[in-house]
Amino acid sequence: MEHSIEYLEKQFQDRIDRGENIEAKDWMPEKYRKTHIRQISQHAHSEIVGMLPEGNWITRAPSLRRKVALLAKVQDEAGHGLYLYSAAETLGISRDELFHQLHTGKAKYSSIFNYPAVTWADMGAIGWLVDGAAIINQVMLTRTSYGPYARAMVRICKEESFHQRQGYEIMITLCNGTEEQKAMAQDALNRWWWPSLMMFGPTDAESTHTEQSMKWKIKRKTNDELRQQFIDITIPQAEFLGLTVPDPDLKWNEERGHYDFGEIDWTEFWQVVKGFGPCNKERLKARNKAWDNGAWVREAALAYSEKQSKESIRKAV
Amino acid sequence: MKNEWPLYEVFIRSKNGLEHRHVGSLHASDAEMAIENARDVYTRRQEGVSIWVVPSSEITASNPENFGELFEPAEDKVYRHPTFYDLPHELKHI
Ligand SMILES: [Fe+2]
Ligand SMILES: [Fe+2]
Repeated sequence: MEHSIEYLEKQFQDRIDRGENIEAKDWMPEKYRKTHIRQISQHAHSEIVGMLPEGNWITRAPSLRRKVALLAKVQDEAGHGLYLYSAAETLGISRDELFHQLHTGKAKYSSIFNYPAVTWADMGAIGWLVDGAAIINQVMLTRTSYGPYARAMVRICKEESFHQRQGYEIMITLCNGTEEQKAMAQDALNRWWWPSLMMFGPTDAESTHTEQSMKWKIKRKTNDELRQQFIDITIPQAEFLGLTVPDPDLKWNEERGHYDFGEIDWTEFWQVVKGFGPCNKERLKARNKAWDNGAWVREAALAYSEKQSKESIRKAV
Repeated sequence: MKNEWPLYEVFIRSKNGLEHRHVGSLHASDAEMAIENARDVYTRRQEGVSIWVVPSSEITASNPENFGELFEPAEDKVYRHPTFYDLPHELKHI
């Protein structure tokens, strides 16, 4: 039976409205497919590039306890990237194409990873704030309409909580330490606060994708709602540490039941998105280097496997 | 591109007594490597005691477009369920 596109789109929207999940082989509007490929792959790239600022500190972790924790966290992020790449592949794009888009700079990843991690306190601030912001977004996405994406999110969310807790523990330890250690924690908060708020993306008024994403239940909350949720949760945690969030306009609004906060520097945000952040070039260079240097391993493994399977065929004959 | 490792679907048995369940997929040069990679990607927190890997290309799946002919015939066969049969309430163990 041939149906018109309008009819299929209407049926598709009805399924979404009824709260059904969409699975890989189901009919879907081309734009739904493309939006998902873009969003899931950006998310995957963020996990992969996100390993770089932290991986940099593994050898310099101050104790074995911190080292195993950081190593395990970074390994988890690699796993998150892999769950997400395989979810993206269910939509008909190849892994090589996804990597190609990342390595040529065609694909985007979260801008937060274009900031440098300059002190050990940054490992605390990243776990606490960056993973904390990611959790808010990812918890929402466990109920996204595309099945493979939602399932990857459930798996990821189970693992994220440890990331945030180990980060916050680093912050507590520094804040209970010497004056210098506490100053280091404050400095990290100062540098990571605003970029963390930017992780939720442009304001609702500026966001071009939000309306359609909400309609298709890709997102269930807007950027501004998620950002507010993050701020409301995080401020008491900063107070607990005895640290000050670098925002003079921040104050509790009794009427709204939320914190009011100052203007985000969107010029900076767009600069980093467009490739002019402090580390964009360095991150892409590191990824390309890893990919190129690994080429001979990928080729050798494949050649070995092909040889083995020929051998076993020959023996069987 | 030609050098991409083949895709494998991964199934994990979380503990003995339960069935293997599909958890996702990964790339590997052969089945042996797929099992090793699956160990690292899908069981970092003791999520499994056994792993199956199957080349994705070997899986034949039903087509969602055939949902009607495949699954709808079961819809009106309520007599396949125990509640279809009227028995007196006082009856026990049946
Ligand atoms: Fe992650
Ligand atoms: Fe994380």
